[in-house]
Amino acid sequence: MKLKWWHGALAIILFLCILAPLASSLPDGLERVAEDHGFDSKIHDPTFRIFPDYSITGIDNEVLATILAGLIGTILLFGIGFGLAKLLKNKHET
Amino acid sequence: MHIPDGFIDVPVAVTTFVVTVGAIACAVKTTNHNLGEKQVPMMGVLAAFIFAAQMLNFPVVGGTSGHFLGAALAAILLGPWTAVLIMSSVLVVQCLVFQDGGLLALGANILNMGIISVFVSYYIYKGIYTLLKGNKAARLIGAGIGAWFSVVASATACAIEIAISGTSPWEIAIPAMTGIHIFVGIGESLITVAVLSLVLVTRPDLLELQVA
Repeated sequence: MKLKWWHGALAIILFLCILAPLASSLPDGLERVAEDHGFDSKIHDPTFRIFPDYSITGIDNEVLATILAGLIGTILLFGIGFGLAKLLKNKHET
Repeated sequence: MHIPDGFIDVPVAVTTFVVTVGAIACAVKTTNHNLGEKQVPMMGVLAAFIFAAQMLNFPVVGGTSGHFLGAALAAILLGPWTAVLIMSSVLVVQCLVFQDGGLLALGANILNMGIISVFVSYYIYKGIYTLLKGNKAARLIGAGIGAWFSVVASATACAIEIAISGTSPWEIAIPAMTGIHIFVGIGESLITVAVLSLVLVTRPDLLELQVA
């Protein structure tokens, strides 16, 4: 199979997932504002959990769990994006 | 700036859901009409890239972090309506699979980060590109400025929803949210310009495919 541009792009993106454990764990803008102004207590816990906060229940190694969760999400989204595009592309294009 | 459940009330949640569903329906219709075969892998790659890049929080000022949004990049590369579909896909997966952003707040999160951000950045990009007679530098300048505004507009919309819901007063929510995202927006600009430069250098033909 001939390599296309997007094979390379996808490889780089999957590599980005390996960097995910290095991401800053500081609160984001909204979390910071909520903490500073005392409305963070209003957060409701999610009704169900699959991979909450990019972690995987049963994998104690946080670094590994984050990388795996990232890879799962990335592959899932490539599939959704690609699939949606295949489904929706203009069929009358010549 | 993914809103968790508890920050917006039911009327705001319902209103934003209705607006979002309408916009997604329009996005499906427009994409169905405009998207060509050659753009199929681009849509998959962008969805994957935006998800992966959104995990990579970078520190900004005052013990706060921010992350790439990707709305401007998607809008520039594939047009605003297809970008709405890409951003919605990312936000739905983040919400349902990773519990990043509340279920009740999903409509608001898509509206802020996947619709408002897309159109704000797209029209700023297009305006600057046209104004500067459309050369390569114009694309990059337009992308950088558009990307910055996409984050600031998104954060302001988020603050407005929180204020309407009575979670935090207007005079606190809006300056605080907009203020911090002025800095997060700089990161957005840099990443958007860097990725767009890479595309312009390696595969400029992918950009020419873009349908207005």
